[in-house]
Amino acid sequence: MMLSQYVPVLFIIGLGIFFAVFAVVASRLLGPRRINPAKASPYECGMITLGPTHQAIPIKYYIIAMLFLVFDLEVVFLYPWAVIFRTLGVFGFVEMMIFIFILLVGFIYIWKKGALEWE
Amino acid sequence: MIELVWLIPLFPAIGFLFNGLIGRWFNLDKRIVSWVACAALGLSFLFSILVFFALLKIAPEARDAVPDKVLFDWIVSGDLKTVIGYKVDPLSIIMALVVSGVSFFIHIYSVGYMHDDPGVTRYFAFLNLFVFMMLTLVLANNFLLMFVGWEGVGLCSYLLIGFWFDRDAPANAGKKAFVVNRVGDFGFLLAMFLIFAHLGTLEFNGVFAGAHSLDVVTVTLITLLLFVGATGKSAQIPLYVWLPDAMEGPTPVSSLIHAATMVTSGVYMIARCNILYSMAPVSMAVVAIFGAATAIFAASMGLLQFDIKRVLAYSTISQLGYMFLAVGVGAFSAGIFHLMTHAFFKGLLFLGAGSVMHAMSGELDMRKMGGIWKRIPITFWTFLLATLAIAGIPGFAGFFSKDEILWQTFNSGHRYLWLIGAAAAGMTAFYMFRLVFVTFFGRCRASEEVQHHIHESPPVMTVPLIVLACLSVIGGYVGIPHILGGRNIFHEFLQPVLGGHPEATGHATFSLVKPAFASEGAAMGNGINMELLLMGASVAIALIGIGIAFYLYIRKPEVPKRLGERFKTLYTIVFNKYYVDEIYDACFVKSTKRLGTFFWREFDDGVIDRSVNMVAKLMLWLGGVLRRIQTGRVQGYALGIILGAVVIIIFLMR
Amino acid sequence: MEFFQVQFSKADLLVVAPELVLAGFALLILLMSAFIRSERKGFLGYTALVGVIVAFVSLYWEMGIEASAFSDMVRIDPFSLFFKVMILIIVLLTVLISLAYVKREGIDFGEYYVLVFFAAVGMMLMASGANLLIIFLGLEVMSISIYILAGIMRDDVRSVEAAFKYFLLGAFASAFLLYGIALTYASTGTLDLGGIGRILAERTWINGLPILITGLALLIVGFGFKIALVPFHMWTPDVYEGAPTSVTAFMATGVKAAGFAAFVRVFFFALPSLQPYWTEIMWGLAVATMTVGNIIALSQDNIKRMLAYSSIAHAGYILVAFVAGNELGQSSILFYLLAYCFMNLGAFTVVILLGKKGEENTLISDYAGLGFGHPLLAVAMAIFMFSLAGVPPTAGFMAKFYVFSAAVKANYYWLAVIGVLNSAVAAYYYLRVLIYMYFREPEKELTIGGFSPAAVLAVIISVWGVLHIGILPSAFLSLARRSIEFLL
Repeated sequence: MMLSQYVPVLFIIGLGIFFAVFAVVASRLLGPRRINPAKASPYECGMITLGPTHQAIPIKYYIIAMLFLVFDLEVVFLYPWAVIFRTLGVFGFVEMMIFIFILLVGFIYIWKKGALEWE
Repeated sequence: MIELVWLIPLFPAIGFLFNGLIGRWFNLDKRIVSWVACAALGLSFLFSILVFFALLKIAPEARDAVPDKVLFDWIVSGDLKTVIGYKVDPLSIIMALVVSGVSFFIHIYSVGYMHDDPGVTRYFAFLNLFVFMMLTLVLANNFLLMFVGWEGVGLCSYLLIGFWFDRDAPANAGKKAFVVNRVGDFGFLLAMFLIFAHLGTLEFNGVFAGAHSLDVVTVTLITLLLFVGATGKSAQIPLYVWLPDAMEGPTPVSSLIHAATMVTSGVYMIARCNILYSMAPVSMAVVAIFGAATAIFAASMGLLQFDIKRVLAYSTISQLGYMFLAVGVGAFSAGIFHLMTHAFFKGLLFLGAGSVMHAMSGELDMRKMGGIWKRIPITFWTFLLATLAIAGIPGFAGFFSKDEILWQTFNSGHRYLWLIGAAAAGMTAFYMFRLVFVTFFGRCRASEEVQHHIHESPPVMTVPLIVLACLSVIGGYVGIPHILGGRNIFHEFLQPVLGGHPEATGHATFSLVKPAFASEGAAMGNGINMELLLMGASVAIALIGIGIAFYLYIRKPEVPKRLGERFKTLYTIVFNKYYVDEIYDACFVKSTKRLGTFFWREFDDGVIDRSVNMVAKLMLWLGGVLRRIQTGRVQGYALGIILGAVVIIIFLMR
Repeated sequence: MEFFQVQFSKADLLVVAPELVLAGFALLILLMSAFIRSERKGFLGYTALVGVIVAFVSLYWEMGIEASAFSDMVRIDPFSLFFKVMILIIVLLTVLISLAYVKREGIDFGEYYVLVFFAAVGMMLMASGANLLIIFLGLEVMSISIYILAGIMRDDVRSVEAAFKYFLLGAFASAFLLYGIALTYASTGTLDLGGIGRILAERTWINGLPILITGLALLIVGFGFKIALVPFHMWTPDVYEGAPTSVTAFMATGVKAAGFAAFVRVFFFALPSLQPYWTEIMWGLAVATMTVGNIIALSQDNIKRMLAYSSIAHAGYILVAFVAGNELGQSSILFYLLAYCFMNLGAFTVVILLGKKGEENTLISDYAGLGFGHPLLAVAMAIFMFSLAGVPPTAGFMAKFYVFSAAVKANYYWLAVIGVLNSAVAAYYYLRVLIYMYFREPEKELTIGGFSPAAVLAVIISVWGVLHIGILPSAFLSLARRSIEFLL
């Protein structure tokens, strides 16, 4: 565990910083600049926004997003489990059933509490 | 018999539990409550006497080696082993006798005194708890148990000072007492830690047996810290400020806790640790100097007060100063001797003051009294006996004990301290007789209504007065100085614990203090004539003090006031005579008064009270400032975390 | 493919038996709360009570065992057993005081108990984790549950603010902790506590030390936040004041106990070789924590805030024992925590009993005249205050006594002096409560809102704990010593 082992990391960091600075500076130096009002607008392509953009988003979105995240993670776990299913054997099966059971309890809970109903 | 020592503190504890739990919940009749409280103390006193006689049967050399009575293991952890155990030796049994005996009589007195108070159950419960704690303190066989008693008596004192909590003054006085005592406790605790760190035990036997292995610096530190503890509990400079305020409590409480027992526990503790103190000459010198300084300062403050109980309070502080002076010069048994006689006469003085209050419808200001000695004869005569005792008139208890202290002080080479002690004795005689003269003699200055009600207290109050008065007279005869042809039985009895061989060397000083402090004084003062001479001197000083008081308060105030108004011409003559008095007054009395006022008002109130208050205020102010950092803004909090992390990292990387 | 070969036996389950029981009951209560009719919600609390008792029973099989499970991830040993018992006592008392309180405050959701249980599971994992990651996992499980608990009074602005602040700062501090763990891993190559200890003990070369030291500092910050050391303490008063009182009681004791458990295990088991480095830091933190906590507490008028600052100060006292680091010091950490959990929970329970719906009565002046209105409750409060102030014969006194003697024994005289001075200062504000209770006329009628036998039982248990530990401390101290012996 010598400090010298970290030299490549240091190198990468340096390289990263260099590229960031290089890209900005180079485009500034090399690129031609002719500004007109259309170009200076925040969205020079696309539609002009209608009404205030800082609107509160209904909390329902967050709930749905969070629930999605939970079950998404379930899938993330299920996939590698499926790959080595044979190696793990019965133990792996039981283990995953417990995991799914716990999620199921949560699912029943949110269902019953009405978190899945939009209105 | 000696094994039954644990019963001595047990009875008050039972009394406390009975009165505190059953008595309060079922609202028992106050007769039952007071009977239980007194009976508990009576039994405790009886067992103290029995144990005392059992101890007398043992050969004197073996008296300090009576095995401790261990009830059960209390705190056992690794090398720390502490037990609930009681130690019986001459010192502790003397203390137990004084505490349980005086408490017993004061309990009886309280039955009469607190008769009409609605909180009488609470009162007796606290009082019993106090006695239990006090007995635990004096009988404990280790520092930790002693500390429990030490804290316990402080708690009870706090509860009883603030007994009439519906008024502001008692509640504040209680708080003040508690806070000031905590400062002292801090010293005691640190001393205890040091002892344990160096000796690995807190039991007295182990500590004193192993004390010789300590180096001088450590012992000095330990003893000084213990003394800090003692100054708090025993109201010495600079921590005495709470005691005058403590007079807000019921008078029997002032008598028991703030005169006879609790405040003397510091003296007892130093006497108990005499082996440690003997090894630390510097600490001894500090104790002696502080004791002498307290004796004279407090006495000078007492000169001016008009409140009976405050005069007695300053007097108590001053007498405690004597006791510290005694233990400071190595005369441990003289200190304990004075502790005992003081418990008798000062307890009596307070009870007498309570009886006067009782007669005068609760009045405390002596300017509004006078001429009442015929109306309350028993109170007056017992009060007078106690006053004679405290003034050091030969034949009374205070004479023997005070004189022994002064002689030992002189004999050990502390001649200046002797001078201070003698001066304080003169002041004591003066203010005590001023108190007697103004209160009991002259014209009655009370209102008609009050005068109409003046009556002697009931027997339940006067009998304890008489008993204590007898003790104030005969209590001194257990310690007649050798030179007066007596045998100092008291000293001999304590000798196994406190050391010193009075018979062998004839009141010789303790050689251990000599190297650092004493000089040729001991050598030159060793003659018998010197002792008699000093004795005569101190009696003379006391008589002078009484004479001045007589002159100023019996002769002077009557003449100008009454005659001056009736006979205008005669008044001028009297005025002329009075004019001489004025000069005299301006030269001596005023300056003394001014000194007294200075110490009382400037030093006591101005310097000490204010500095105590300042510390408290500073803390509160600091709290307010630091509180402002707590803005409630999360960004600030996060910044605090980051700064903390940065500081830690920088510190570690340095 | 032996990488995937999972070592597993039934004995492994035994090691985490109480955790499993609590988690199982949490799921059960969660399901029940979804189906139960609202008028029968009180049933949930009793289910929780049963859960705690079953968890206690499950501890019976763990007694005397010393084993590790799940590939050395968690350990059962006297140390973790001690903390598991303590945490279960805390959970038990919390459930007891919550039964009536949650109903009164309208937060009688099943989720309340579920979260308490999950937090307890996290705490136990912190106490029994033998791997830095498990400790972190436990800490997060605990913290997230507590964030929600703090904000469970959704309609109360202060409760929500408390939760939000705690969450933001907690996440911030977790990052420090995680980074500390990462740096420790970077310099030792293992996350296993025993492994770290062995590697550091064998290591003679000094390279890579800066990384390790930085990791050490960040670990101190991370743990210091959870146990509220100055200057990482500033969330404490806001959160303690805003959170529902029962949650505050749970946090003030449970989080602190679990935090110290992990702190002690990591520092005395994995990092003892770095003791010369961290001792001085701890010295400074101890002094700052005691002093700042006590001094600010002096000027508090709200009893919850006062107790919050007092809890900061108590963490400082415990840190004194931590600095001393000798045998007595280590055992007195455990002893102090036990004493602290009884006296603090007790005090909070009294605070709860005196509140009413919408009227918490948390100003100290609200306690005026309590001594006459409710003598028994006032006596209990007085005992807790005396114990917190360190007056014999209470648990608080013995705990302080052991801590300071440990410091003196280890030659940290100044630390002991500062500690004793601090406890003298502290007496003032604890005493103030007593003065209000006994020496002041009541300003308004004090009624016990929703008198609850369960909460009274909690007070009785706490009083018993305070007095028993205070009067007969030796059994508890030797228990604490046996619990920590193997770490040495």
